Amino acid sequence: MKLEELRFGTELLKRGFASMQKGGVIMDVVNAEQAVIAENAGAVAVMSLERVPSDIRKMGGVARMADPEKVTEIIDAVSIPVMGKVRIGHFVEAQVLEVLGVDMIDESEVLTPADEQYHIDKKQFKVPFVCGARDLGEALRRVNEGAAMIRTKGEAGTGNVVEAVRHMRAIMGQIRAIKGMSAQERIDYAREIEAPAELVAECAERGRLPVVNFSAGGIATPSDAALMMQLGADGVFVGSGIFKSQEPERMAKAIVEAVNHFDDATVIARVSRGLGDAMPGLDVHTLRDDEVFQSRGR
Amino acid sequence: MDVKVGVLALQGDVSEHIDAFFLALSRCGCGSASTVIEVRSPEDLFGCAALAIPGGESTTISRLIGKNGLYEPIRQFPGGIFATCAGMVLLARRVDDPRIHPLGLIGMTVDRNAFGRQRESFEADIPVDGLSGQPFHAVFIRAPVATVVDDGVRVLARVEQGIVAVESGKHMALAFHPELGGDTRLHERFLQACGL
Repeated sequence: MKLEELRFGTELLKRGFASMQKGGVIMDVVNAEQAVIAENAGAVAVMSLERVPSDIRKMGGVARMADPEKVTEIIDAVSIPVMGKVRIGHFVEAQVLEVLGVDMIDESEVLTPADEQYHIDKKQFKVPFVCGARDLGEALRRVNEGAAMIRTKGEAGTGNVVEAVRHMRAIMGQIRAIKGMSAQERIDYAREIEAPAELVAECAERGRLPVVNFSAGGIATPSDAALMMQLGADGVFVGSGIFKSQEPERMAKAIVEAVNHFDDATVIARVSRGLGDAMPGLDVHTLRDDEVFQSRGR
Repeated sequence: MDVKVGVLALQGDVSEHIDAFFLALSRCGCGSASTVIEVRSPEDLFGCAALAIPGGESTTISRLIGKNGLYEPIRQFPGGIFATCAGMVLLARRVDDPRIHPLGLIGMTVDRNAFGRQRESFEADIPVDGLSGQPFHAVFIRAPVATVVDDGVRVLARVEQGIVAVESGKHMALAFHPELGGDTRLHERFLQACGL
């Protein structure tokens, strides 16, 4: 097999990688020790970052890509895939993570946006991207830019699942709506939601997004995770919910089991028993406009 | 003949395997009442003529096989097993990672992530022994390879880094993902080897 006959970084490889994560839990970690705990608990991948979202909220200021030393430390500590976050539009941070060997890049609203007009041109990269979305239009704009995975945004670092539910219901509802539309109506609707017409048609025909759709932003308990799975998520991201809980190891294992048995309340009841305190929660309505992460990028 | 195929549905690209097997069953001329079901517990295996173990995270799937009481039931499963990527790791007798409790159904040693990280994932056309027509367009995603195979295991394909397709009795294990490409020749060959 000659090297020139191999093809790297194709759309199929990017979307295929995302498909392998389905039914899994991806956990935020800030160091090697947490990464090992996540891996042993059954995480399918870890998200390396400088601080978990609830700490980003507390610290304020500008939140950026993690220190490469930290990312490398996490890559060396585990055998499961390692993802990393970059600021919206910051394609150089993405180039750096690609060089470090990160398996997927999250162009994330949790960090401070670097570009208020454009997202990263993700087709220029060999490494796959995941992006946040609140509705079908936003999701399809990101897919059109080359995202291989979508995650509903929710409101990260709040431990409050309400926004994650809102965004998942919005996307699922919109897909149900376009399934019942005529070809002409779909074109009109695509214009209305500012999404490419061919992607709207594809979603309508397949009855789902063209890429894997995870849930994120506010998942703090096994029941929260199972709720998002029952609403149609292909898997979940848990940020502050694990390592800001009283017993991270047990919480991590319990959330993995709840996702695996998301439609079996007996199992969810069993794994939820005596887990200690979940992360402290925030009422989303008390956030100031500039404290709302989900409105970053559109 | 109507056939029931199970797909281990603990984690990974389960729906892709279900779709590919539906296609393969119809191309093989199996009965119109043939089905492909998700297997999450030992009872689901009942009546299945074959089982697929999908791609995904082998450490996670291994852990969940244990948690769901599926380890012995899969080892005792009388039908053929079709395994891709993580599935190949799990079918092996020996794996380079102590966290994985492999099923040991194929006599081989498997190394995980033998090609490196996602940026080293690739597509390539590879010849597969006994497959007529074009070479197989194989999709390798953080793929494993077999480094050693025991007697009685037939090597179907290899690349520079190692063995990427094997057959042993009714079982077939592949380091790549035929379920992602639309080419069901390997699925069909597996079903035929199972006598279906």
